[in-house]
Amino acid sequence: MLNLLMDPNTQWVLFGTTLLGITSGVLGSFALLRRQSLIGDAMSHAALPGICIAFLITGEKMMGALLLGAGISAYIGTYCIQAIVRHTRLKMDTAIGLILSVFFGVGIVLMTFINRLPSGNQSGLDEFIFGQAAAMVSGDVRVIAIVAVILLVITLLLFKELKLLIFDREFAQGLGLPTTVLNGLLMTMIVTAVVIGLQAVGVVLMAAMLIAPPITARYWTNRLDHMVIISGLVGALSGGLGTFISAPITGMPTGPLIVVSACTLFLISLVIAPERGLFVKAWRLYQLRKRTAQEQILQSLYERTEEQYEKTETIDAFSREALEALRPLSDFRFKKAVANLQKSGDVEAYKNGYSLTLSGCERAHRVTLNNRLMQMYAMHELQFASLPMEHYNWDFLSIPEDDRNSLDHLLKEHQLQPKLLHRLPETERINR
Amino acid sequence: MNPITANNITVAYHRKPVLQSVSFEAPEGKLIGIIGPNGAGKSTLLKSILGLVPKASGDVNIYGKTYRKQRQIVGYVPQRGSVDWDFPTSALDVVLMGRYRQIGLFRRPKKNDVKEAMSCLEKVGMEQYANRQISQLSGGQQQRVFLARALAQNAHIYFMDEPFIGVDAATEKAIVQLLSELREQGKTVIVVHHDLQTVKDYFDWVMLLNVRKIAFGPTNETFTSDLLQKTYGGKLTFLDQKEEEGVPFA
Repeated sequence: MLNLLMDPNTQWVLFGTTLLGITSGVLGSFALLRRQSLIGDAMSHAALPGICIAFLITGEKMMGALLLGAGISAYIGTYCIQAIVRHTRLKMDTAIGLILSVFFGVGIVLMTFINRLPSGNQSGLDEFIFGQAAAMVSGDVRVIAIVAVILLVITLLLFKELKLLIFDREFAQGLGLPTTVLNGLLMTMIVTAVVIGLQAVGVVLMAAMLIAPPITARYWTNRLDHMVIISGLVGALSGGLGTFISAPITGMPTGPLIVVSACTLFLISLVIAPERGLFVKAWRLYQLRKRTAQEQILQSLYERTEEQYEKTETIDAFSREALEALRPLSDFRFKKAVANLQKSGDVEAYKNGYSLTLSGCERAHRVTLNNRLMQMYAMHELQFASLPMEHYNWDFLSIPEDDRNSLDHLLKEHQLQPKLLHRLPETERINR
Repeated sequence: MNPITANNITVAYHRKPVLQSVSFEAPEGKLIGIIGPNGAGKSTLLKSILGLVPKASGDVNIYGKTYRKQRQIVGYVPQRGSVDWDFPTSALDVVLMGRYRQIGLFRRPKKNDVKEAMSCLEKVGMEQYANRQISQLSGGQQQRVFLARALAQNAHIYFMDEPFIGVDAATEKAIVQLLSELREQGKTVIVVHHDLQTVKDYFDWVMLLNVRKIAFGPTNETFTSDLLQKTYGGKLTFLDQKEEEGVPFA
């Protein structure tokens, strides 16, 4: 393995795939946010006939000419898609599917024709289908490097304009930005990023390099500048990893391995990313359900006790049925929540049911009060519209006194103030 | 000189006329509402003034010069639904977009740009949400961010496309407050509006539009049941109710 890394040829290849990982990651971010990832797929497939025609014209495998041919035919394909959408009733997805398959089909026909030519037998054009990084020579990598640097510099210089163009094109136009020029430039940059990756990744899978790094990055950040940087890094890492794994094995196509690396990074992010990751989401939902079940039992107990006390001035324990009549819970959740409430000392179990402890009564009082204040707030939303409830995290016990007083007043009007807490300490606890 | 002079604006999509020969001269320092039924071309009128849709005929002057020359004194608040709110950016960042022209090509926002953007957020009561990702804002808050962005343009004339649609009461209040502040500063504001109930409270002038311009003038002269009938046709229940209640319209 180490020997292989010392090999200057492998170093060139590694350098090249890393670079094109960066560019496709960076420009893929823009394509993704414009919802144009699939156009990238059409672009790469549409490049194939261009590669073949360039080979037929030059008669040899000159990287510069092949890339130029690829670029021109990818650009024509993209233009056709946009023309179809603009001038016919066909929608974007149909246009993409049409152009992608027609261009790819023509490409395959041309390639078969070339392979039958006496000179074309050893052309090595096949490697453009799935990509063959090992076939890159230092000259190819130099071309890739120069193009990559140009793309990245343009992105850096025009970052804020491109951002505005993608986010709100009409506003950009209103500001007087040359949106048509910028749009054409961005399109050209995406085509270029696709084309320089074709040799290493192949036309079939190049689109994945535009898609996987940015969606991975999106999981880790809410800022476009960070997203673009992370996406570039993910692209670089997948390019490097794919090459590293495929290099020692003869005939192993690099493209699929690069794409598998990128998708693995995506899957990892999907699960463990902060905020948006599946794991965090599941954990939050679990916590929310746990808290909600406890609060529901507390409120049901509070309301039953309140009702009972009103009638008989005594405090009872209440059966599960009596509580569930107010707020039904599944067997599992009820038992678990009651166990947690017992552990925290808020609820006591008796043979005829459950009852609030003194501290539990305080907690239940807060829960009930908050929920009833919420009820008042919802009934009179217009009156309290200026309350920034999100700022108070929907905790009505922490809002300013004035607003609290008017909500309390409403509670009184509807006879909904929780009454139990103030009476409980004087009460003899009997009947349980 | 009038802030906006529009002559004979016609817009057609695929030959279907959306606006027909609309001409008007907007007075300075007024809040002007554009009202009319769905598909009456209200948003299209704004967009054609701003050069966002091609005109089949007509021209627009802003303080006597073409819009191209006067871009820097015109602010625009598009419909909230026109952008992807899941875009990875913060409220402050969106407001900064209003200053991209002042910042200039190839440059990054400076400290005083950020300060200016913050003060615009303050004016719409959103300063504490500056660093919030925009998808985490409510509809009303998103609308206020759009308003703050227009304020950051520091314009003399503002065009707003349905700013009151789908917003909460707090935002509605904030927008009304902002509109009257803009008027006090002598700015002209043109608002596409759909809620007839509030027209008389919000606007000094009003344009009734239904493909053609039905009427344009001070609200108390223009917002009459007669002209509204002409604009909306006979099926305006709002009018019937008002008349049954015996509330005089103008």
